[in-house]
Amino acid sequence: MKQLTNRSKVVSDKSMTMAEAAYLPAVFTGLGITLKHFFRKPATLKYPEQKREFTAVYRGRHVLKRDENGAERCTACGLCAVSCPAEAITMVADERKKGEENLYREEKYAAIYEINMLRCIFCGLCEEACPKQAIFLTTEIAPASYEREDFIWGKDRLVEGVESTKRIDITARQDR
Amino acid sequence: MEWIFLLDKTIIAFIAFSIILLIATYSTYAERKIAAFLQDRVGPDRAGPFGMFQPLADAGKFFFKEEIIPATSNKFLFIIGPGIAMTTALMTSVVIPWGGTLEIGDRLVSLQVSDLNIGVLYVFGVVSLGVYGIMIGGWASNNKFSLLGAIRASSQMISYELGMGLSLISLIMLTGTLSMSEIVEQQHGFWADGYFSWYFFKQPIGFLIFIVCAFAECNRTPFDLAECEAELVGGYHTEYSSMKLGFYMFAEYINMFISSAFMASLYFGGYNFPFMDDLGLSQNWITIIGVIVFFLKIFAFIFFFMWIRWTIPRFRYDQLMRLGWQVMMPAALLHIFATGAVILFNQH
Repeated sequence: MKQLTNRSKVVSDKSMTMAEAAYLPAVFTGLGITLKHFFRKPATLKYPEQKREFTAVYRGRHVLKRDENGAERCTACGLCAVSCPAEAITMVADERKKGEENLYREEKYAAIYEINMLRCIFCGLCEEACPKQAIFLTTEIAPASYEREDFIWGKDRLVEGVESTKRIDITARQDR
Repeated sequence: MEWIFLLDKTIIAFIAFSIILLIATYSTYAERKIAAFLQDRVGPDRAGPFGMFQPLADAGKFFFKEEIIPATSNKFLFIIGPGIAMTTALMTSVVIPWGGTLEIGDRLVSLQVSDLNIGVLYVFGVVSLGVYGIMIGGWASNNKFSLLGAIRASSQMISYELGMGLSLISLIMLTGTLSMSEIVEQQHGFWADGYFSWYFFKQPIGFLIFIVCAFAECNRTPFDLAECEAELVGGYHTEYSSMKLGFYMFAEYINMFISSAFMASLYFGGYNFPFMDDLGLSQNWITIIGVIVFFLKIFAFIFFFMWIRWTIPRFRYDQLMRLGWQVMMPAALLHIFATGAVILFNQH
């Protein structure tokens, strides 16, 4: 029969040799192999003391960025919510009052902005959809918890801090 | 019988019982750690330093779980099944010689709970009773998979008891006695009369047959199809939960410990170690070091049990039965003939 691939191996159906049928020599070979593995360094990473290295474009937890003056960029346009395949993002918009110009960039802002981290699949479509370059995914992991309520993240956990030390660097992602 | 003799034996029995339970508990931890290291991973290391409190966490889990007894099961048998498994597992520890003799004051205390003159036969009888624990567990569950698992397990165990018994007969032909303490005494030191004194060097093939049959008796891989998850869900302990399941699992580890102790006593000299008479120590020190050496031998065997488990795939049922009846039993019979021939030859 003509083989469809040139990587095929012929399976041998020769009956077992005396040494193979006795089984004990194979047992000892196997014991040697496992004993070699016993003394090797394990491949385990002990999280959270040791963490795996991520690339710069790893899709971890979200962050809502601010601009150079410290004002929030998000305008609650809702494009991220619409693009989310898991429907994890919800928001309530509000109008900017007088005296809040340094807090929000444009007149419309998100009063309530929530991401349900249990629904989120970390696909990054919200990051791609945002017209204001407001939401990005970072290389940090969303921490675990025992309660379901802890996974509904509001603005307090999503918006980055105002001081320059509290900003999260996402320059590696901005060219995409 | 003096009361102080009874007191000695009670104390030794109590200490042996506690040590066996402790070792069985930490065998679960050792199993997980050894399995992990053999598989290039780490094993439990969160519950205490190096995960040492993991067995305590497991025991706590077993105590707190809900005990479910199926409504259609045979309640009485369901409850005594694990009890029988555990009782027979612990009963065999009575005749094992843990050490030589201790001199306390002016008395000589032998570190063996009961010096039966038919020790080996007693262990055999009790191990055969252990099959009942599994059989009853599988039957009482009123569940086809449990019954299948129990039937396979019990047929496996009774098939390999033959091989074990026959290989022991050739050992008894050499020792001339069934008493465990005398067998260990005959292996005194390491070198005697121009040859090794331990019976392993006199009967290596007998030991091989015995160790294979011991693996089958303990339901350990490669003979563990009684409880393999892939084929039988849980086998005979599918329906068990909480402490009854804990008892079954514990009884398996205790069986493993007792088999190791048995093998160490019969074939590897028990509490004897090389140069035991040449170090010039007092009797008590020799006994104490002997006990430690005995336990080291047991731990080596337990490591071997676990090492084999994670090396060899399990046997199919027909392969297992074929091995027991068509390979082990004839091999043991031939071994008896050969031993008899050598003994006759040496007598002339």
